[in-house]
Amino acid sequence: MEKKTTFSNRWLPYVLVAPQITITLIFFIWPAGQALYQSFFVEDPFGLSTQFVWFDNFKDVLGDPLYFDSIVITAVFSLATTFLALGVSLLLAVMANRVVRGAGVYKVMLLWPYAVAPAIAGVLWMFMFSPANGIVAEALTAMGYDWNYLLNGNQAMALVVIAAAWKQVSYNFLFFLAGLQMIPKALIEASAIDGAGPARRFWTIVFPLLSPTAFFLMVVNIVYAFFDTFGIIHIITLGGPAGATNTLVYKVYNDGFIGLDLGGSAAQSVILMLIVAALTVVQFRFLERKVQY
Amino acid sequence: MTVSFKRKIVLAAATATLSGWVATAQAATEIQWWHAMGGDLGKRVEEIAAGFNHSQSKYVIKPVYKGNYTETMTAGVAAFRAGKPPHILQVFEVGTASMMAAKGAVYPVYKLMKDEHVPFNENRYISAVTGYYTTTDGKMLSMPFNSSTPVLFWNKDAFAKAGLTRAPKTWEEMGEYSKKLISSGAAQCGFTVGWQSWVMLENFSAWHNLPFATKSDGFGGLDTKLTFNGPLQVKTIQQLADWQKDGVFRYGGRRSDANPLFAQGKCAMLLNSSASYGGLKKSAKFDFGTDQLPYWSDVKGAPQNSIIGGASLWVLKGNAKKDYKGVAEFLNYLSDPFVQMFWHENTGYVPITKAAYQLTKDTGYYNTFKGRDVAIEQMNGKKPTANSKGLRLGNFVQTRDIINEELEAVWSGKKTAKQALDEAVKRGDVLLRKFEKANK
Repeated sequence: MEKKTTFSNRWLPYVLVAPQITITLIFFIWPAGQALYQSFFVEDPFGLSTQFVWFDNFKDVLGDPLYFDSIVITAVFSLATTFLALGVSLLLAVMANRVVRGAGVYKVMLLWPYAVAPAIAGVLWMFMFSPANGIVAEALTAMGYDWNYLLNGNQAMALVVIAAAWKQVSYNFLFFLAGLQMIPKALIEASAIDGAGPARRFWTIVFPLLSPTAFFLMVVNIVYAFFDTFGIIHIITLGGPAGATNTLVYKVYNDGFIGLDLGGSAAQSVILMLIVAALTVVQFRFLERKVQY
Repeated sequence: MTVSFKRKIVLAAATATLSGWVATAQAATEIQWWHAMGGDLGKRVEEIAAGFNHSQSKYVIKPVYKGNYTETMTAGVAAFRAGKPPHILQVFEVGTASMMAAKGAVYPVYKLMKDEHVPFNENRYISAVTGYYTTTDGKMLSMPFNSSTPVLFWNKDAFAKAGLTRAPKTWEEMGEYSKKLISSGAAQCGFTVGWQSWVMLENFSAWHNLPFATKSDGFGGLDTKLTFNGPLQVKTIQQLADWQKDGVFRYGGRRSDANPLFAQGKCAMLLNSSASYGGLKKSAKFDFGTDQLPYWSDVKGAPQNSIIGGASLWVLKGNAKKDYKGVAEFLNYLSDPFVQMFWHENTGYVPITKAAYQLTKDTGYYNTFKGRDVAIEQMNGKKPTANSKGLRLGNFVQTRDIINEELEAVWSGKKTAKQALDEAVKRGDVLLRKFEKANK
């Protein structure tokens, strides 16, 4: 069966899509065009002298070994954050789905972190793990573990991944729980009667039926890890130590807003835009085929 | 007696006017002052503005808090590009070169004063402060406001416990004293450092009369190159890295994140901005002293003088012509000895005029609060040389980030001091060339 809507009025469809188009033009196409335009110039912060330099900004960015470090760091960070956030929230959703009494309370508790702004989440985690006076840091040190994320790049990475994932777990949890509740009970009961244990029931029936949700969440989480985690990194590590958590988005901010290097920062945004576009295409063309709707 | 009396006048004038200015606000011309002074410092800024507003009725200064230094500068730049600049913008010292290069956006203070016929004499100001903000021929471009310099804070209780009676004077003593402090159980670590690039490289170089960059640290032109990878800087950074192993030195973070290590008594000494004084006084539960920065005893002529940090006030072009008279009047008011003394005593920043320093001395303040004049003594002790006037380097905010990254690689044992400083110089030079290109 094919769905088709027919409009009798010639202009109505255009009017109906106009708000969306306008928003896209103003908030996406226009700034993207500006970024592209700026990436060809070397400019002083106040915009008093501008020089057209062709692709110099791109050459500078791509010729910088640190930029490639940043790409690797971003890949590690986004993958780790996405898998941690998805894994934990799926586990929590499955557990919450089984709760009979007081389910509402659990759900509210699990949703809370989503209401916390990224910067505040950052402050929270920073205070707990600060080597100078953090509560968890003190405990780790007391247990003989050498905790100092201000010097140890791996520790800093682990900390921002955990903080970023913690914030996203609630959102994922909500979708997974809704997905779980949509699965017909009859299917699971039937397989239970056939003698399948809980683990087998989960992997052969529940998980495949959840795969559209999981795929959607994966795309959302990767985009989140790329763009929305800026506040967390800004508060906890400032991209350090020694650039260990300097993700692509943080680098754009740092070079553009701190360093006031507008051209270089614009060139980075353009590259970032291309990377994310490519990533989205890959996800939808190759991964989506494995999803059963 | 006179001490508290004079101070009371200033305070009374400031607080009384807070209530008064609402009434006068309507008819007067409004002057926007964007600043980065949060918390307690922000309150002091409000008090100073209120004092000015009360002193006359033509203008109203409106201080607006715009976030930290970087955020404030970015906000000012964006506002200028949008055609709605504030009249006065507070810019931190590392943004100086960017502001100076923006000739079309900045109204130099000396010129403003002349155009508006407001009395102004560059010699009133302390040269170590203004050196940072003047052209090579001595013309003042921005009004110094909050200037500080790094000093040595030492925990007197811990020192007493270790049988030590005074602060170390040299780097040799820093090591020796630290080891005593640790072995006697008085502290876990000897010392820690805040704002490492500013304290351990920028000020360290000035303090030992070494160039941080060519062309008089950038004052002589845009074609400057970094030189802070000299043998003495390398030796010192390597020494710190070695000391880290036995706890003599502990790294606490890029900004003032090291302060809690000192305030909690973990590290017995702290090298950080004199402006940390107020915060430490509130949080430390022990008696501490402030002293001059350590120097290497075998370096000839050391110690030289230290250089400043903090920020100055830049006047931006692009507002109604009639407003600038008020801006000039306000900058003049800021230089008033009583206003400066109020600011100096309440914040830990140094007074910017000789008269304000003298006035604070005369009121006996330094006898009551020992060590509060260390910062200014340290800056004023000797006439600044080409290596100790200050830094004027383009894209310096980013260069500091690079230095932070490279130093962190040293502290974590990934690089030697030599490798890291060489690399930092190389990367910083790229930024200098970029700045040169953008500001030709």
